[in-house]
Amino acid sequence: MRGRPNLYTEYKAEMGLFPSMSKKIAIGLLALIAILGPLAALPFLGFAGDASWLILVNKALVFAIAALGINLLTGVAGQVSLGHAFFMAVGAYTAVVLGGEAGNTVWGLGLPIWIWLPAAGVAAALIGVFVAPTAVRVRGLYLAFVTLGLVFIGLYLWRNLGKIAGGPGTGRPWPELEFALWRNMDPLVSFTSDGPLWWWLTPVNWLPWVHIEEMDGEVKTFFFLVVLVAVFAIIAKNLMRTRIGRSWAAIRDRDIAAEVMGVADAKGKTQAFGISSFYAGMGGALFASVVGRIIPESWDIFLSVEFVAIILIGGAGTIVGTFLGTFFVVLSPRIVENVTGFLATQAEDGGPFSWLGSIFVRSSADDWIGIVSYPDAAGPGLSVAQLNIVLFGVLIVVFLIAEPLGLYGIWLRARNYWKGWPFTY
Amino acid sequence: MAFVTAPLLEFENVGLSFKGVNALTDMSFTMTAGELFAVIGPNGAGKTSAFNCLNGVYKPQRGDIRWKGDSILGMRPDKVAELGIARTFQNIELFAHMTVLQNITLGRHIRTNVGWLAGAVWYGKAKREEMANREKVEEIIDLLEIEAWRSYPVGLLPYGIQKRVELGRALAMEPELLLLDEPVAGMNLEETEDMARFILDIREELGIAMILVEHDMGLVMDIADRILVLDFGQVIGEGTPLEVQNNPNVIKAYLGEELTA
Ligand SMILES: Nc1ncnc2c1ncn2[C@@H]1O[C@H](COP(=O)(O)OP(=O)(O)OP(=O)(O)O)[C@@H](O)[C@H]1O
Ligand SMILES: [Mg+2]
Repeated sequence: MRGRPNLYTEYKAEMGLFPSMSKKIAIGLLALIAILGPLAALPFLGFAGDASWLILVNKALVFAIAALGINLLTGVAGQVSLGHAFFMAVGAYTAVVLGGEAGNTVWGLGLPIWIWLPAAGVAAALIGVFVAPTAVRVRGLYLAFVTLGLVFIGLYLWRNLGKIAGGPGTGRPWPELEFALWRNMDPLVSFTSDGPLWWWLTPVNWLPWVHIEEMDGEVKTFFFLVVLVAVFAIIAKNLMRTRIGRSWAAIRDRDIAAEVMGVADAKGKTQAFGISSFYAGMGGALFASVVGRIIPESWDIFLSVEFVAIILIGGAGTIVGTFLGTFFVVLSPRIVENVTGFLATQAEDGGPFSWLGSIFVRSSADDWIGIVSYPDAAGPGLSVAQLNIVLFGVLIVVFLIAEPLGLYGIWLRARNYWKGWPFTY
Repeated sequence: MAFVTAPLLEFENVGLSFKGVNALTDMSFTMTAGELFAVIGPNGAGKTSAFNCLNGVYKPQRGDIRWKGDSILGMRPDKVAELGIARTFQNIELFAHMTVLQNITLGRHIRTNVGWLAGAVWYGKAKREEMANREKVEEIIDLLEIEAWRSYPVGLLPYGIQKRVELGRALAMEPELLLLDEPVAGMNLEETEDMARFILDIREELGIAMILVEHDMGLVMDIADRILVLDFGQVIGEGTPLEVQNNPNVIKAYLGEELTA
């Protein structure tokens, strides 16, 4: 055999999770912000410790777990599913039956989190694998319709299974994020109550200006979720960079060629459904637990569509895109509301943006110019919630047409732009 | 106990039709391990259809296809692949959003077995497997001289390079039989010579049997051991390049000209 001067053997470093130094630094900085931000220990991010923001951030983290699942199924394996809300509900109801308190009208076993949380994922995954044989027969839009059917079947079930879901319109309370060894035992760690994170942490004053002995419940929930999200993101990445993830991407890009190269199509799709549903189940259970009480009507098509929006706006098939999309979709309603409120005040007080406010906002029943009614002016005009739906709709269309890689693609472009700076094209 | 080893591949009276139109009629041939077998014939003769029958993509209505003596008729494409039958496609069928590395590594699918659980954990089995994959893939990248394109999504690559990546993906399967569907179609002289060199390298260094479907008669006559000629789905000639060039049926089908190249 001839000599091979060009054979490349220095790929060890390339195959790490964060292959370049800049990626390592970025993830380190992110971790630092995640630890110090909520403790209000960072100079410019003091607001990050604000409870109302943290509640929203926590919701985004919970959604991120479910979104990682839809990213594997839709972004990586190319199977467009509108059934995510259904699988989230399966997880949430598994959690509440196992971990919730029994009542006169509802079942509940009161088991601890280390049972109900994994069980939520497993139950959803099992149902996912169970419906997969039907789902793998159809493609594209048909698959979207079939999975949408699941959502409607689910809604019917949740409304009628009072023992599990609580009554229509009322729902039932979910178990809290607290770690006990067994039912009726005092929790060793509570991730929801105010107070020290952990009894043995209190005596040590880790950072003098950070008062961990009087941590808010939201901050503790945040830490719990951040760790969980990081673990699940790494697992998703690992799946994507090994045999199974490659077979998914191959099925997505060209299913017949994938089969001819030895990929079992139905098996790959079934695995994608199962694993994606596991993520959905975990996400659903955590979502319900963080919110505290969920009515059966919540697991509707709009919840599913939100996840499709996350994938399309963030960028299909990438972990970074999944996070960008999730945070965008969860946080933007709040931002839109704040901006609308700001413009409304400007219009009223005659600030520098009052002209924009008076065009954009309908502030009273006899104000006929404006797109958004704020606060709740009667008559025509969108509500803030409706404006958000319109915004997502427009953004999905824009990204589908102009930037299929979503926010991730925009970020890539920006990065490449600055990489070449000052020699830009 | 018979001591006669079965041939690598046999087609026996294979017949395939689409809504009454015969794509293949009574196609029969036999090939042995390590052989470079060529299938030629005018457009629409049924060459690609024969590959699709072998791969399990099409199911022939008549006849039998045997691999090492056992019928593989009705087998799923992925099961056929697991036997060690790899393929490139006439119209490139790469995974467009995956990089060159990922495309070629996908070819390792049948030679690896890490499942979802070990994959999710990464450390241990999955990491070892990925490292071994990478070593194998880098050898192929070196063999096919596509180092410069390693981390590009294949959709962005020039046509000639895509053809090579497709060959690389098939080689990563470590096949016993490689099906090449018009590997030099649409290529200029230099690219054609490169590809011919790769095909000969594969034969000499790796000893893989090949079925070559190609319209470039110069190439076929130069490198094939044996040639099968198809016309309208029927075998009209078979033999060494010299025999085929002198076969009157073949000369008639091709109007005599191209064959003497
Ligand atoms: N999926 C299909 N449906 C209907 N007809 C088909 C199909 N595939 C092939 N055929 C027909 O079968 C015949 C043989 O086609 P095939 O693609 O095998 O020819 P070929 O020898 O590969 O030709 P070329 O040199 O142009 O690639 C043609 O008449 C073609 O129209
Ligand atoms: Mg063809």
